[in-house]
Amino acid sequence: MKLDKRLLAQAGNIKLYLGLTVGLGLASALVIIGQAHFLSEIIDRVFLKPGSGEIAGAILILLGLIVGRAGLGWGSEAAANRAAAHVKLVLREKLFGHLTQLGPTYTRRERSGELSNLLTEGVESLDPYFSQYIPQIFLTMLVPTSVLIVVFATDFLSGIVLLVTAPIITFFMILIGLKTKAVSQQQWSVLGQMSAHFLDVLQGLTTLKLFGRSQRQEETVRRISDRYRITTLKVLRIAFLSALVMELGATLSTAIVAVEIGLRLLHNQIEFQPALFVLLLAPEFYLPLRSLGSRFHASTSAGAASADIFKILETKPPVAPAALRPLPAANNFIIRFEQVEYSYPDEQDQSRPALRDVSFKVLPGQKVAIVGPSGAGKSTIFQLLLRFIAPDNGAISLVACNDSEKALGWQDLSAQQWRELIAWVPQSPYLFNTSVAENIRLGRPEATLEEVMAAAQQAHAHEFIMELPQGYATVIGERGTRLSGGQAQRLSLARAFLKDAPVLLLDEPTSNLDPETERLVLDATEKLAQGRTVLLIAHRPATIERADRVIHLENGRVSATRQRGIA
Amino acid sequence: MKTLGRLLKLAWPLRGGMALAGLLGFATIAAGIGLMTTSAYLISMAALHPSVAALGVAIVEVRFFGLARGVFRYLERYVSHDVTFRLLARLRVWFFQVVEPLAPAGLMPHRSGDLLSRIISDIETLQNFYLKVIAPPLVAALVGVGMWLLLGAFNPLFAVSFTAFYLLAGVALPLLVRQLSRTLGREVITSRAELNTQLVDGLQGMADLVAFNQAERYQAQVARLNRRLIAQQKRLAWLNAMQTALGTLLMNLAMWTMLVLAIPMVQSGQLDGIYLALLGLATLAGFEAVLPLPGAFQQLDSSLEAARRLFEIADTAPAVAPVATPSPTPPDFGIIVKGLSFRYQPDEPLVLENVSFDLRSGQTLALVGPSGAGKSTLANLLLRFWDYQEGSIKLGGHELREYAPDDIAALIGVVAQTTHLFNATIRENLLIARSTATQEEIEAAARLARLHDFIKGLPQGYNTRVGEMGLALSGGERQRLAIARAILKNAPILILDEATANLDPENEREVLASIHSLMEGRTTIIITHSMAGLQQADQLLRLEERHIPEPETAYIS
Repeated sequence: MKLDKRLLAQAGNIKLYLGLTVGLGLASALVIIGQAHFLSEIIDRVFLKPGSGEIAGAILILLGLIVGRAGLGWGSEAAANRAAAHVKLVLREKLFGHLTQLGPTYTRRERSGELSNLLTEGVESLDPYFSQYIPQIFLTMLVPTSVLIVVFATDFLSGIVLLVTAPIITFFMILIGLKTKAVSQQQWSVLGQMSAHFLDVLQGLTTLKLFGRSQRQEETVRRISDRYRITTLKVLRIAFLSALVMELGATLSTAIVAVEIGLRLLHNQIEFQPALFVLLLAPEFYLPLRSLGSRFHASTSAGAASADIFKILETKPPVAPAALRPLPAANNFIIRFEQVEYSYPDEQDQSRPALRDVSFKVLPGQKVAIVGPSGAGKSTIFQLLLRFIAPDNGAISLVACNDSEKALGWQDLSAQQWRELIAWVPQSPYLFNTSVAENIRLGRPEATLEEVMAAAQQAHAHEFIMELPQGYATVIGERGTRLSGGQAQRLSLARAFLKDAPVLLLDEPTSNLDPETERLVLDATEKLAQGRTVLLIAHRPATIERADRVIHLENGRVSATRQRGIA
Repeated sequence: MKTLGRLLKLAWPLRGGMALAGLLGFATIAAGIGLMTTSAYLISMAALHPSVAALGVAIVEVRFFGLARGVFRYLERYVSHDVTFRLLARLRVWFFQVVEPLAPAGLMPHRSGDLLSRIISDIETLQNFYLKVIAPPLVAALVGVGMWLLLGAFNPLFAVSFTAFYLLAGVALPLLVRQLSRTLGREVITSRAELNTQLVDGLQGMADLVAFNQAERYQAQVARLNRRLIAQQKRLAWLNAMQTALGTLLMNLAMWTMLVLAIPMVQSGQLDGIYLALLGLATLAGFEAVLPLPGAFQQLDSSLEAARRLFEIADTAPAVAPVATPSPTPPDFGIIVKGLSFRYQPDEPLVLENVSFDLRSGQTLALVGPSGAGKSTLANLLLRFWDYQEGSIKLGGHELREYAPDDIAALIGVVAQTTHLFNATIRENLLIARSTATQEEIEAAARLARLHDFIKGLPQGYNTRVGEMGLALSGGERQRLAIARAILKNAPILILDEATANLDPENEREVLASIHSLMEGRTTIIITHSMAGLQQADQLLRLEERHIPEPETAYIS
């Protein structure tokens, strides 16, 4: 895989580390050649030229080179690891930051698994790419080239052997690689599907048991695994050919060099020392090529991950204007939608406009119910108000009550300022894997525990929180306590109480709560609504009845509005 | 050690293939050693200018080893992958066998999707147990013995010197690095898990974070965890680089020591100088076998971790006592519960206390009460997913304990709050209820469940794939599919657990209509927390709130 320039551009001083890796790699190549030289020199003198003088010096130099080689290897690996760590550090932070910019419509829940996998495993897969693959690429360029130059200088014919075999090996490797890459990738995806099937069986085990079918599944698991083994091996039989060619190429070439110089030695056409020197260098010539082959998979998985990463980094977030104007005075403004249009970005079949020509006004303190069948655009209105998305056309603005000319438009306030005005109680609030108190503090992080408790009391959450094992310090989530839907709802209300914003967006839960919980939630909601402007996505006739105004949506259009008292 | 023993026992039936792959791995490295030694011998001989005939054997050997290595490598890879896939199949079947009798009670603590995926990846880790854990030491040991014999033939001292370095590089160095990196490695795993949780949380809760203007603060938390993880990984990488460097150093030092030992012997005439190059090159080539050992040590740790987790699940005692005698045949399908009390764990509070009712065959009982009152627990007991400690449950006059769990499952149809759909076609998902059902029967059931028209409207009708990898059905559609399953199953007893809780009002009406047609003539228990749709009930039993968190309905998904 080619070096992805975008990856290098992400992290500034990575080039420094890579430069260091190259320098150390070159030094390693020279040391390797030096080691072969002194080794052949020593053997030559002991074997064929006894009495040619002291060899202790050469033996000590050899020892020095051996130690130096290890030191250089350590240094270059450490430099490469630093480069990798740096890239991971920077990219992960950038990526998460960018995702927060892209906002919840982009990270919506169905996708969060895939995204979090990219942030953890995907970014992690860049590690072997930087720490192993790239250094290996440099080694593969530097070591064989240096070795080749030295071999040519020592023995021309052996140089030719190396020069001719290397491209042939590479050619066959690429040929086989291309032929098998697609197939073996497909096989790995089949392996993934097999795991998914097994997971499916485990998840559905209770269902299977209820229908008395679970024992029969054992046979299915066995059959599918076996079938997979047989088909995969058929493919691997070909894929392993590249390993065969690589090994054969390297060992046969070494064998050819050995036989060729052996025969020439016999006929006195070459001295023993250069002959041994060349024989020692021959494996070093092929070794980097072989290692590169075994590290190739590191580059393919990193390639896939970096493509996904840049797809996200290059997605433009909705334009976020800076704060230009101060916030309006609390609860003294009208929320105005003027001919607002919005279509979800073209994904599969989502090109259908979600809102068309929607206009309405909400006066301060008014309670407005938004009703309509699912898919009518109710939650799109909320997403616009929360500035998760920006309207394609039309205007959403805040108009001062006393001066209808003074309107604060979309561009006049930053998204953060805008959201200061709004508290949101979603249909299914997300509870974070942290303490109950921290979860409520989402409404106002700097709130004291007393304030948190006061908010919880108003939301009728205090009572059940005190019954949790560690009260407000109880950790919610996978390893902690799980809360019921009604309890989560009340925590969400506590967040809104704590935030104390003038505008309230309420998404009425559709799932049934038991009557007692329902009464508590309704009571808390009503308290929360007092003195605030409320927009409410409503399902229950009783709630709709109580609203000051009702906006009916159908297919993204306002089909009717009704004021209280006016049918 | 015990875990390792059990793991080896699981892999034992594959010992033939493993031995073969090990031998081939040994042959591959031996061919490499052979190539270098015969080459060195060849040119040393040639340097003495004998006749061409004297070189003949050496030339043939060099060519043979040059060819053989590639072929052995190829065969080794093929055989070892075959073993790996066989091991994977065995592990899956084994795990399914041990887990099947446990479900669902034994799997309760492991029920979340995350933990199930964990199991899957544990099994995937273990599939490499042969390739990465057993094979490398096996091959290294064989090569070590071979080198001992080869070098010992020249001088025992050579064999001892080589073996000392070989053990240092293959055993001592990995153990040292493992010792040094043990704490650090654990820290990295913890940090990674924490970062992962934080990221998943942040992405799933993005709407809440952004709406409350907390995204930046959260980002800072993520950055802090990320920095910590990367710093730990850097230190770990430093140790690993040290391991590689010391490995190379030991290999070359072994060669150097060999020279230092052999040179005086050549000079004093104890050893023919022709073998000097051979000894040096053989030493270098022999070290190929220890290169994968550090990796094997690491893999051993993660394999044992994975195995320990799986064995822990496998060792869970079933929640239900087995039945020795054949299940009785119930004369009718009345259910009588008397003084029933139940807790999930001995140290936990009672979830049900002194519950009694008498439900005649064919009648309907409505079980109402707030969440946490034990309604779903009662259903779990009726299905014999758990055994109860106090009181009695009688089905058709026989104590529930006398029936085998499978026979009870055959008598009861369940429509739960959520329905597991398999990654298969709609037809297959329905056939789970009765594998012998004909297309007509399937369609009839779907019609009764008000599902047929919807299915007909799908591009591939009954052959449309559903589930995670197929079409996503709405809550209402899933419920109706569950009802169709129950109709197909045609069991005399019916449990409806909040069957309409996740539906909006329009869907709820339709689903209720299908349910009423299903209830006819069956002993039915309706579990609900709302009072809607209870007109059909002959009896009403109210359970009071006990403030005890119950497991979510156990028989869902």
